[in-house]
Amino acid sequence: MNEILFYSLAALTLGCGLLVVANPFSRNPVTSAMFLVMTILSLAGLFVLLGAFFLAAVQVIVYAGAVIVLFLFVIMLMGSHELPRRAFHWLLAAAACLVTGALAALLLRLLSALKTQPPAVGAPVEGGTALLGRLLFTDYLLPFEVVSVVLLVAMVGVIVLSRKEAA
Amino acid sequence: MTWLNQLDPTWQFLLFSALKVGVAVVALLTLVAYTVILERRLAACIQDRIGPNRVGPLGLLQPLADGVKSFLKEDFVPGHVRKIYFWLAPALIMIPALLTLAVIPFGSRLGSQPLVIADLNVGILYTFGIVSLGVYGIVLAGYAANSKYPFLGGIRSTAQMISYEIAMGLAVIPVFMLAGDLNLSRIIDYQSHGLFSWLAFKLPVSFVLFGITAFAETNRTPFDMPEAENELAGGYNVEYGSMKFAMFFMAEYANMIAVSAMIVTLFLGGWTLPWFGLDRPAANLWVGLLQVGIFLGKVAAWVSFMIWTRWMLPRFRYDQLMKLGWERLIPVALANIVGIAVWLWMKS
Repeated sequence: MNEILFYSLAALTLGCGLLVVANPFSRNPVTSAMFLVMTILSLAGLFVLLGAFFLAAVQVIVYAGAVIVLFLFVIMLMGSHELPRRAFHWLLAAAACLVTGALAALLLRLLSALKTQPPAVGAPVEGGTALLGRLLFTDYLLPFEVVSVVLLVAMVGVIVLSRKEAA
Repeated sequence: MTWLNQLDPTWQFLLFSALKVGVAVVALLTLVAYTVILERRLAACIQDRIGPNRVGPLGLLQPLADGVKSFLKEDFVPGHVRKIYFWLAPALIMIPALLTLAVIPFGSRLGSQPLVIADLNVGILYTFGIVSLGVYGIVLAGYAANSKYPFLGGIRSTAQMISYEIAMGLAVIPVFMLAGDLNLSRIIDYQSHGLFSWLAFKLPVSFVLFGITAFAETNRTPFDMPEAENELAGGYNVEYGSMKFAMFFMAEYANMIAVSAMIVTLFLGGWTLPWFGLDRPAANLWVGLLQVGIFLGKVAAWVSFMIWTRWMLPRFRYDQLMKLGWERLIPVALANIVGIAVWLWMKS
């Protein structure tokens, strides 16, 4: 049961991810954004299968519920015209293959270097929300704070940029 | 009933879950139909009219007549709309309201079955996730219509729902600081020690904030910007007719019921009453049913309150609405969190 769910969700994630960037039927940015939502929802489903309910919920709240809604917002305000198809270009294709290959090699290397076995599909993860919170505020306090400073910098940047336009 | 006990646990679980899902969905849709008539009758009372009273005794069969009418109408699709999204939006708007029900405990237990469809340990986060998906129905409806006013309605609602979701999320954080759990059944347990253990009394600021944002998230007056008739001619649903329009209409009421159920669970003690030992899980079938009744009664009371507010208050102007959300509610919610944290720290 769990394995069927895992493989169908994984296929859905990858398939929708592909349709975000290369949809043969539509060049509409809103359609791409909706497939991105599907990708994120199926990814949340994979988290649920791993027993990581908190991560799944946060994934849906933050990405599907806020970030992509903002994407839609921007796409609609900028005008969502069908984008023209770009002509195929050998140089661009080669560059894309190179980057994808390098990334795949990196990921494979990382996976093979992994010491711990990945948890079995369907096996519940210990702890949950409380444990995650404790880890964030003890062992990983510095990275956690650094990430929030990055967000703060982005926010200050937005304010500065929008101020300039008003003046 | 012995054959039930002889089934293996997986099948029992599947059978009872399917049963609970079926009953919950049917009950929700019936409640939606009767909330509509409640709204019309209450509005009529407030405006010194009579309201629909012709179909059946006291007009109680009116929802049936309305439903039949919606089904029989021609399902007209205007020529200039974006077809796929035009079909998708009414479905997308209905789904979140139904999914929210999955984690709400609507009673203690019947026999040995707990009366909650999925007792998730992150219950409330699940609800927030689902609620945050509700915006897609409206925004896609506005986009699909491919014309000016629906589009403006869609854009407005996106901005409004995102803004008020933040205040809503911040408003419930003190609940978890006090109850120490995200599971909704545990939060009800926490509130089952007398009337003043209800979180509405322990956390009045959170309760008020959550109540206000609930109006905004369900697009009810005084926050019904997405469908401001006099500015947008109806907003995101202008191009819709017949059953598709009815879906938007039903979703609004389903969302009202869902959000009322959440308020009852989080702040008003869920299925408990502090008298006659009704705050303990039911010992027999009749008490179990009575507790479901208590839950439904509390939900109905909050729904009536929402309807009453609609006919009492005028609509906010759009900039006032944004100002209230960002400059009033969010700072108050943050101060509330810090205040409760300091209080808990002093106490420990």
